Amino acid sequence: MESAILKATNFNASFGENHILKNINLEVHKNNVWAIMGPSGCGKTTFIRCVNRMHELAPNATAEGSLKLKGEEIYEMNPVMLRRKVGMVFQRPNPFPTMSIYDNVIAGYILNGIKLSKMEKDNIVETSLKQAALWREVRSTLYKKGGFLSGGQQQRLCIARALAMSPEILLLDEATSALDPISTSMIEELIHQLKSEYTILMVTHNMQQAARVSDKTAFFYLGELIEANNTKTIFTNPKHEKTQEYITGHFG
Amino acid sequence: MALKSWKKKQTPLDKEMLHLKSELIKMWELVLSQLRKAEEALTKKDKDLAREVVSTEKRVNGYELKIDSDCEDILALFAPVAVDLRFLLAVLKINMNLERTGDIAEGIAKFVIGLPEGFDIQLLEITRANEMFKQGNEMISEVMEAFEKEDTLLARKVFKKDDLLDDINKNAATVIAEYISKNPSKIESALYILSSIRKLERVGDQAKNMAEEIIFYSEAKVLKHKSKSKKNKNEDEE
Repeated sequence: MESAILKATNFNASFGENHILKNINLEVHKNNVWAIMGPSGCGKTTFIRCVNRMHELAPNATAEGSLKLKGEEIYEMNPVMLRRKVGMVFQRPNPFPTMSIYDNVIAGYILNGIKLSKMEKDNIVETSLKQAALWREVRSTLYKKGGFLSGGQQQRLCIARALAMSPEILLLDEATSALDPISTSMIEELIHQLKSEYTILMVTHNMQQAARVSDKTAFFYLGELIEANNTKTIFTNPKHEKTQEYITGHFG
Repeated sequence: MALKSWKKKQTPLDKEMLHLKSELIKMWELVLSQLRKAEEALTKKDKDLAREVVSTEKRVNGYELKIDSDCEDILALFAPVAVDLRFLLAVLKINMNLERTGDIAEGIAKFVIGLPEGFDIQLLEITRANEMFKQGNEMISEVMEAFEKEDTLLARKVFKKDDLLDDINKNAATVIAEYISKNPSKIESALYILSSIRKLERVGDQAKNMAEEIIFYSEAKVLKHKSKSKKNKNEDEE
């Protein structure tokens, strides 16, 4: 079997005394879309924030155990280099408001001080915007500010910005929860297209979205990974009672 | 298991499904009463009772349409998953099985209405059609109880009971041929009863299908087209 692109082995994460993730064991293979589900406070966002080491930006944050990206320990990598390989999109679209659409896409290169020729930049901008299904809408307004776009367009711009760095993994933290159904469906369609090239981990509270979009689903509860399986199995015949209670709305 | 465990917190979806369950049980009771009346109509050559069965069939059809439409609404509005989804799929199929069982009762009742003069009632005993009636009705009744109580052990018992119906059905042609050779003037009666036997055998099939659906939604196991020995094994034995 192909080796995992991301592998957590007895992975733990804490904020001071607060033990958030407990002995997580998970293997994520290339070109899979994983949905991370669970009630608020279960550790799902902490988990994906550990993958690009944003978790450690909080005071008193600690992590133990092993978390590997393509066989390399994430917590031994240079965080700046790591974040080039692990793109992230957040709940609220956050394009740089003073930058043009064009500069937003290549912001990763600008902020990292990577020099590119005009032709390289043009290529990256066009390819990334096409991958994010935004090119046709913005190709004539590339030098306008990103903040003028609609919410759905801004979120796709953020996805284009993440894709511009050609990441190994794309993390989506409730990336559609602030969007209307049309923008949501465009992003879901986009995820379907992107999975041929990228591996995606998405945190979502929308169970139907997890069912529609992901190949695999992981259910977290109180910091533990309760069940990880094919999405079809999770939504038709979950093996763990807690998973069944959660997805059928019988929690609490 | 399924709806039983929802006692601690009942969601709006649970309420819809409990209502659906009670509607399906009402339909089940009606179909069972149709079968019993068809049996009585045949054994007593009671054409009025047979007419009642035929006219009541419309109510069975009404239940079928209502349950189909309720399932469609629940699927559209609640997007159920896991055991809830399996329950709804099972209800849709049981609904169809029950409607077909109702059709069988109606078919037998129509035979009674058209029974030839001098129909030999002894044929019921000779061909063992009366045993088939008893067994078929018992199977439908037990599967209903299994559905009501979500009891998969009880559902599994039905698979064995179907053997009797299969045996009688298999031997029916020989028995009837022998009868016809001895009573050539009663050919019409014999053919009538043979047709009823074929129908009663299908009652057993419908009961088995419904038992499979109960096991499917409760245990997430697909027993369709499995051998009898595999069907009879319960969860722990597998």
